[in-house]
Amino acid sequence: MKSSIQFRLNGRPASLDTDDSRKLLWVLRTDLGLTGAKYGCGAGACGACTVLIDGKPVRSCVTPLSAARDREVTTIEGLARDGTLHPVQEAFLEHGGFQCGYCTPGMILTAAAFLHENPAPTREAIAARLEHNLCRCGAHTRILDAVETASKTTTAQAKGGKS
Amino acid sequence: MSALLNPSHGFNRRQFLKMVGGGIAVLVVGGPAELFAQDRRRMYPEDLNAYLRIGADGRVTVFSGKIEMGQGVLTSQAQMAAEELGVALESIDMVLGDTDLCPWDMGTFGSLTTRMFGPSLRAAAAEGRAVLLNLAAAKLGAAKTDLIVEDGVVSVQGSPDRKVTYAELAQGKKIARLIDEKAVLRSVAQFKVMGKSPRRLDGREKVTGAAHYAGDVRPQGLLYARILRPPAHGATLGTVDTAAAERRSGVKVVKLDDLVAVLHADPEAAGAALADVTAEWKTEPLALDPENIFDHLEKTATKAEEKDHRGDVEAARTAASRVFESTYRKGYVAHSPMEPHTAVAEPKDGRVTVWASTQTPFPLRDQIAQALKVDTQKVRVITPYLGGGFGGKSAGRQAIEAARLAAATGQPVQVAWTRAEEFFYDTFDPAAVVKVASAVDASGKIALWDYAVYAAGDRGAALFYDVPNARVRAFGDTSYREEAGPQSRPSLHPFATGPWRAPGARMNVFAVESQIDLMAAAAGVDPLEFRLRNTSDERMRKVLREAATAFGWPGPKAGSGRGRGIACGIDAGTYVALIVEIAVDAATGAIKVERVVAAQDMGIIVNPDGARMQMEGCVTMGLGYVLSEEVPFKGGEVLVRGFDVYHLPRFSALPKIETVLVKNDDVAPQGAGEPAIVPLGAAVANALSDATGKRLYRLPLTPERVKAALVS
Ligand code: FES
Ligand code: FES
Repeated sequence: MKSSIQFRLNGRPASLDTDDSRKLLWVLRTDLGLTGAKYGCGAGACGACTVLIDGKPVRSCVTPLSAARDREVTTIEGLARDGTLHPVQEAFLEHGGFQCGYCTPGMILTAAAFLHENPAPTREAIAARLEHNLCRCGAHTRILDAVETASKTTTAQAKGGKS
Repeated sequence: MSALLNPSHGFNRRQFLKMVGGGIAVLVVGGPAELFAQDRRRMYPEDLNAYLRIGADGRVTVFSGKIEMGQGVLTSQAQMAAEELGVALESIDMVLGDTDLCPWDMGTFGSLTTRMFGPSLRAAAAEGRAVLLNLAAAKLGAAKTDLIVEDGVVSVQGSPDRKVTYAELAQGKKIARLIDEKAVLRSVAQFKVMGKSPRRLDGREKVTGAAHYAGDVRPQGLLYARILRPPAHGATLGTVDTAAAERRSGVKVVKLDDLVAVLHADPEAAGAALADVTAEWKTEPLALDPENIFDHLEKTATKAEEKDHRGDVEAARTAASRVFESTYRKGYVAHSPMEPHTAVAEPKDGRVTVWASTQTPFPLRDQIAQALKVDTQKVRVITPYLGGGFGGKSAGRQAIEAARLAAATGQPVQVAWTRAEEFFYDTFDPAAVVKVASAVDASGKIALWDYAVYAAGDRGAALFYDVPNARVRAFGDTSYREEAGPQSRPSLHPFATGPWRAPGARMNVFAVESQIDLMAAAAGVDPLEFRLRNTSDERMRKVLREAATAFGWPGPKAGSGRGRGIACGIDAGTYVALIVEIAVDAATGAIKVERVVAAQDMGIIVNPDGARMQMEGCVTMGLGYVLSEEVPFKGGEVLVRGFDVYHLPRFSALPKIETVLVKNDDVAPQGAGEPAIVPLGAAVANALSDATGKRLYRLPLTPERVKAALVS
């Protein structure tokens, strides 16, 4: 059923007239032209499609558009603000936390949300949080290195009173 | 000259210059002859090999048929070009896998980019530098030998203000150079860009979501196709009813003899419409399963090829006081790239452009042309970033489907396989069997080696141990069958098989290095010492020693349930040794690989960090085929549709990985993307034997199998 739906997308208002039971992944990739979230399994099992709703990671392949109503949706395209990369993105670059890059948007968004709530996690805690994000290339070691490094930056920022 | 530009590749020099604009273009003919001689199967055609263009803006565009699927060749190819040209890495733009613009290439596989294409690319860049130096010499009124190049600026030695930039030299020029000689390449000592580890050039795009994969290409009017699939390989389509699907609004149905698809502007709507299609399939029963497949392979793979025969194998067998006879097995393994096979085809102006996740853009272009019954010049394949390949994207069925549907509808069409389709149409790493009989003499030297591999081919089976009496045979047609589909079924396997990261070598080295280990144990010799005693190959001895040093071999006695294992191999011209430490949970049978030391000699290293990344990737990905991955099936039915049934390695399986790059600047750059995955099976199986006294002869080493071995 078509209905009108409003939400914020990467810091800007978005408004659509569509069936709100459609999956967020496909609405983002088709209607909204944001292809950063990837299809990997369509079953909530790989994390390639991860986006944030109000800062919490969701698997957009199994999330209806209605879940975004009046909320703030952040995709990988919106994580860097004003050309400044998020510390997790910066750390992925520094450590080479990607190979093919297909799992990367999901990894980065999941990690960024995690660090927001757990500013100084152990390496084990990071690994546990990312357990259900799959990477076939075997970039795991570098991903953990990157998130660890990013956690130091975000902790320093938190101590410095910045958001 | 132009006769060398084979018109069958749809291109000539004039068209090329038109397409790339002015500046200085370098075309390479042939390649280093000694590389061709090395392996004729992997030969490049003797026409265009590499292109690069130095533009009037001083930027350098490199055109390469080698695609980026995560292995880092976007960056390493740019490094090679920058090094030889004498420009900064930042001034290079890469165009990869575009059949209209790039030189013909057979495909990106077999760790060939650096060792086979690399020399051609470097030669092209060196030729470009020579052209620019000639121009500079004339312009500056100096002898060529007095010129130095730095970051694209040519200056006269000793008078730095007499200088000219590449951009100025290329201004207003239209020079095309064809080289057919071996260019003088820069030496390791001269390297400024090669041998370094710059940040990957694809990094920023990949961390910001800007990187485009095939499914991210969205031409105006794009239709998403979902295709009717058979329940099993070998099934044939009886009746099909698409009426209900056709009644849905916005749905287009295409029925070709062997391709029934529903298309819609919304991919979910296409999926829903497909669910409305009903079909009757005729399936032939096929009594093959993951357990009886091995007997079937041995029975069916009868065609033998003798790869090695030396000494007197029969006499050695008779003379041996004890012959170790073992049979090793491995099931089918899926590629499972995170990006399933995807393609977008757009018909326009009498041509079709296909953006495809493919490792083989040029062969795919030809296949598409054949399927559409058009000339190859009517087809352009463009390869965006691939979300993983591992050999699986050498098969391009999805691109042919997209092209046929685009031709049928006259509209752009995307075919993006679902995860279930990806598992169904994957060209699996074949199940295989190895039988080996071997013996060791009283001095701890291998006296006999009689080796037979079924269905895996002989990659990795060549002996690097000094055995006087040996025979190596490969049984079965090892050419892969990629065409299995509804209408056909290959005879050896119940479905399609194909190359999977270091094809064959993982199976062969699992068998070889397990067998070596069990002989070492029987002889009461330390497994490292046993290997060193039995090989005089200096490169192998060196990687073994360096791995052992980094690991601290053998170290203090391992605690209960813990073990260490060693294994080594040669792949893609690279030598690799792994040492692993594992813990075995006696209650569950689960193996946790805790530490892996990988030492690798890959000749000259183009990008050290990139090489380490590949080694880490090999080890991490390798944990899957070693511990958990085996495709379940019943006849032609693939019993896996998602990651709930088929278990890829996750963070919890991750060991501490230490990589050792063994220096060897005397050897040209060799492969880095595959070797380290090769010995992992044997290293872990050997560690299991060390930990528990039990040896497993079949991969993967699942908890159930380990547990069964422990109670036996
Ligand atoms: S695509 Fe959504 S979790 Fe895999
Ligand atoms: S980088 Fe390729 S799947 Fe993770």
